[in-house]
Amino acid sequence: MSEKTLSVNKTLLTPFNIFAGIVLVIGFFITVLRFTKGLGAVTNLSDNNPWGLWIGFDLLCGVSLAAGGFVTSAAVYIFGMKRYHSAVRPAILTGFLGYALVVFALNYDVGRPWRLPYPFIIQQGTTSLLFEVGACVALYLTVLFIEFTPAVLEWLGLKKARNLVVRLTMLLTIFGVVLSTLHQSSLGALYLIAPSKLHPLWYSTYLPVYFFVSSIIAGLSMVLFESTLSHHYFEDKMDETHLKENTGVTLGFGKAASLVLAGYFTIKIVGLAISNNWHYLTTGYGAWFLLELLGFVALPCFLYAVGVRDKNVKLIRWTALLTVLGIVLNRLNISLIAFNWQLPSSERYFPHWMEIMVSVFIVVVGILVFRFIVTKMPILYEHPDYKGNH
Amino acid sequence: MEGGFYTLQDFMTYTKGITYLIMIVSLFSITGFWLFLTDRDTDTQSPEHHKTEHH
Repeated sequence: MSEKTLSVNKTLLTPFNIFAGIVLVIGFFITVLRFTKGLGAVTNLSDNNPWGLWIGFDLLCGVSLAAGGFVTSAAVYIFGMKRYHSAVRPAILTGFLGYALVVFALNYDVGRPWRLPYPFIIQQGTTSLLFEVGACVALYLTVLFIEFTPAVLEWLGLKKARNLVVRLTMLLTIFGVVLSTLHQSSLGALYLIAPSKLHPLWYSTYLPVYFFVSSIIAGLSMVLFESTLSHHYFEDKMDETHLKENTGVTLGFGKAASLVLAGYFTIKIVGLAISNNWHYLTTGYGAWFLLELLGFVALPCFLYAVGVRDKNVKLIRWTALLTVLGIVLNRLNISLIAFNWQLPSSERYFPHWMEIMVSVFIVVVGILVFRFIVTKMPILYEHPDYKGNH
Repeated sequence: MEGGFYTLQDFMTYTKGITYLIMIVSLFSITGFWLFLTDRDTDTQSPEHHKTEHH
């Protein structure tokens, strides 16, 4: 065996690649099982709990954490904050992959996935929230795909097509903001139908507002978290502009996240007051709610602020991770943990190991596709033929 | 406040009252928080930027 082959084998057999390989193989077998034997063979879903981990994690967390795309492009193109321009492409890519994986995961979750386009053709009317979510996710995925194409077209050397798509940037950004505002809030509004099932501390008529505001926090934090990982693993792919602008992006996004978290904390307290739910705070669920509110909203809000004041980039990056975990906890609380809280524990839902494995499989697929795109296409650097041409 | 409300009017008066108080506190605390968040901002601005801002 030549030295070259040896070195290739050495670089391919990294701990992450081995882990990813194992997950992909297991995921493949569960996929076969899911589509040949049905949902019952791989999930613990029931009539009491028709929405499980795939909705709670893959869809609700996926959609909120993919909000970085619309937040960043709105900041740069609508509000004119050009100093954050280097963050746009990675954010759009994260958003596009996030939404693509949401739709991918939905194919596992819905009983008859081939009927996913039905809401557009056969439906009871357009007043359904689920129709609005379906329509917006489908349209926004298309918008994100078009927003992402300049990177692909630059990579393929298709100059004319690339320039044509770049001209649509402002229109696509406005579409993105409108569609995201609609469906991020509608995802929260879906739970308005279940006041007797969702614990009063999480149930609120403000749920759509909470979901929308927290999606902005999720988007900002996810851009910071993704940029931390990119700096660690793909620093060699970054050009000078990207590296130079990074501290400014981190401080700016940290400041925005801190302020939105402060607003989110306030409206959560207002939600408690308006429903007069204070007495629940002394129960077990109350302690869990306070952990979410103080540990994953108030604490990151303060840490972001300290990080911004002290220009402590490392603290902001760690806080971004804490905030992302907080958003995941919030979505899981609403969809699983505080849902059906009055049922006896024997009737409660806990995901089957194969459901968890499919979620891990989907995340790993996302990371692998992200890695492929970032190493091949101009995401973390400007293509030399288009420098400053955006 | 269990058992304290006999009418929706009572409930709304109480909860709205508390909410208004929270909003007053929030207006002051968010303003304070904004000052805490931004009071060192000028340190990062370049001298030229600083100059144009004062003009």
